[in-house]
Amino acid sequence: MNATMSYAQAIHDGLVEEMRRDPKVFVLGEDVAKFGGAFKITKGLLEEFGPERVRDTPLSENAIIGAAMGAAIMGYRPVAEIMYMDFLHECSDQLVNHLPKMHFMTGGKLTAPAVIRTQYSLGRNTGAQHSQFFPSVYMNTPGIMVVTPSTPADAKGLLKTAIRGNNPVLYIECAALYGNKGEVPEGEYTIPFGRADVRRSGNDVTVVAVSRMVGEALSAADALASKGISLEVLDLRTLVPLDTEAIISSVKKTARLVTAEDSCITCGVGAEVVARITERAMDYLESIERVACPDIPAPFSPPLQKAYMPGREKIVEAVKRMMTSMPL
Amino acid sequence: MDNKIPKAMLLSLYETMVRQRMLEEEVVDLYKKGLIPGLAHPYIGQEAVAAGVCAALEKDDLIVSNHRGHGHSIAKGVPERAILSELMGKDAGMCLGLGGSMHSTDLNCGVVFSTAIVGGGIPLSVGVALALEMDKKTNCVVCFFGDGATNTGAFHEGLNLAAIWKLPVVFVCENNRYAVSVPVTKSTSAPIAQRSQAYGIPGRLVDGMNVLDVYTAALEAVSRAKKADGPSLLECETYRYRGHGVYDSGLDYRPQEEINEWMKRDPIQSFARKLTTEKTTTIDELEAIRSKVKSTLEEAVRFAQERPYPSEDILTRHVWA
Repeated sequence: MNATMSYAQAIHDGLVEEMRRDPKVFVLGEDVAKFGGAFKITKGLLEEFGPERVRDTPLSENAIIGAAMGAAIMGYRPVAEIMYMDFLHECSDQLVNHLPKMHFMTGGKLTAPAVIRTQYSLGRNTGAQHSQFFPSVYMNTPGIMVVTPSTPADAKGLLKTAIRGNNPVLYIECAALYGNKGEVPEGEYTIPFGRADVRRSGNDVTVVAVSRMVGEALSAADALASKGISLEVLDLRTLVPLDTEAIISSVKKTARLVTAEDSCITCGVGAEVVARITERAMDYLESIERVACPDIPAPFSPPLQKAYMPGREKIVEAVKRMMTSMPL
Repeated sequence: MDNKIPKAMLLSLYETMVRQRMLEEEVVDLYKKGLIPGLAHPYIGQEAVAAGVCAALEKDDLIVSNHRGHGHSIAKGVPERAILSELMGKDAGMCLGLGGSMHSTDLNCGVVFSTAIVGGGIPLSVGVALALEMDKKTNCVVCFFGDGATNTGAFHEGLNLAAIWKLPVVFVCENNRYAVSVPVTKSTSAPIAQRSQAYGIPGRLVDGMNVLDVYTAALEAVSRAKKADGPSLLECETYRYRGHGVYDSGLDYRPQEEINEWMKRDPIQSFARKLTTEKTTTIDELEAIRSKVKSTLEEAVRFAQERPYPSEDILTRHVWA
């Protein structure tokens, strides 16, 4: 049996279910208590779990991560909310220099199973400091899992895996997806990390997509199907661990790779995907293109934002370039 | 207060400081011989702070330390052999050789972690205190940091959060007058202890060269934390005799006369003088402590030198839990 619910509701439900299951799970962050979070993900939690387990914090991102980490090494399973992904740069010391390295630096004596939830807002006209999506920074920081759900079902199942695991997790939501509805299994389920999901099978081009771009890739696949071009859409779901084998096996079939993400293009997720495929499957590869934001800060004005953002059209164009440059 | 402190405690304070001093002198020597790679930041001169503070703690109380942390580990009861093995990068180190001089963890002794990022331990200690509070434990955590850390954002964020949540943490600032080379007078706008007022918590200026003063002040702050009355800030005025790290002479930015003046107030010698003139103990008894510490240290040096380096498979073993 499935229920239809929004991406936001699925995250909320996952959190509530984990808090009911395990008294060591608690929530902290800016405006998470009475206000229910800037995006209402934690709405109702204060009423059900009380102020001890649902904690408003000051605007102190370093202290939020430090508090989560300190409690985590003492046996708690904190879920910290950082309101915008951009604000992760406020807490880079705790998030990059400390949290991912605690287990390693101590020879395995400490574990820090803290989940850091955040969201990126590209597409919502929020300007250069409230739009950024830069997960590859954390792919380049060993010791923290990086999760980027694209559907309500994945959002819930991956959050549960994040909370139950023993490693730190950066769980990156996409604000543009909060209202999207989808089928979510009823009852208990989790989704393992490191397994990409083939969201659509196809033969001509592999689109490796992250977060919001999964939906855009599926939409591009619909548009191209009528022209006789068949896309295979791979949703990475987690960037650390990265399901390299799934990408390789798809590219071996299609020989063409498009990566699609809301990051700026240089050193983005696509850069790493392309590097891995080039190392491991170069002989199978006929063409590659990365679809991403240009190396420009996010603009505000709606027409400029539209021009700036990657989306269905840019994927379609990339695929068409590939298909015309190659003899069919 | 002094009169009420049992002799065993007084001798234990003395022994802790001697252990700290002798270990660090050995560390400097081993570094010069090329047996300790990387960085090491000697605690020499500051012994009274960790000795006095940790004497006010119970075994289950916790500490969060920093890059100048060997003295903190000693004061919390970590054996010299585990510290030296870590400093030499050997497999028997506190962190299996993965951490180095600036990282210490020994949960049996209550040493949670020491960070190599100045100020970075403060938010972490707040989280540890939060867990103690949520667990309804009566223990507390002490966070040690230097004067330099009080100018980081982490200091502000951490003290404020600990204060609003009334957490059982004692913030101990070891004001050794210099953040590497910059004197506190040129970096810090107001006396550090006074900064506590901005967070609505008690702040106290303590003579960090006097182990009994530190002990007494720490008892009060620890008791406050354990009674759920919230955090405190202790500013312990002290001095590092050596440079910032083993590679730094410490003479490029400090006049020798200033160093000499502080050394006249040496925490170990002055405490020994006090104990003998007040006839609490004898020179012979103190000498016996010194020679016991020395032989433990010599054995620890041999132990660490003989231990193997960690096997390479450990590289991947502790990235993920």
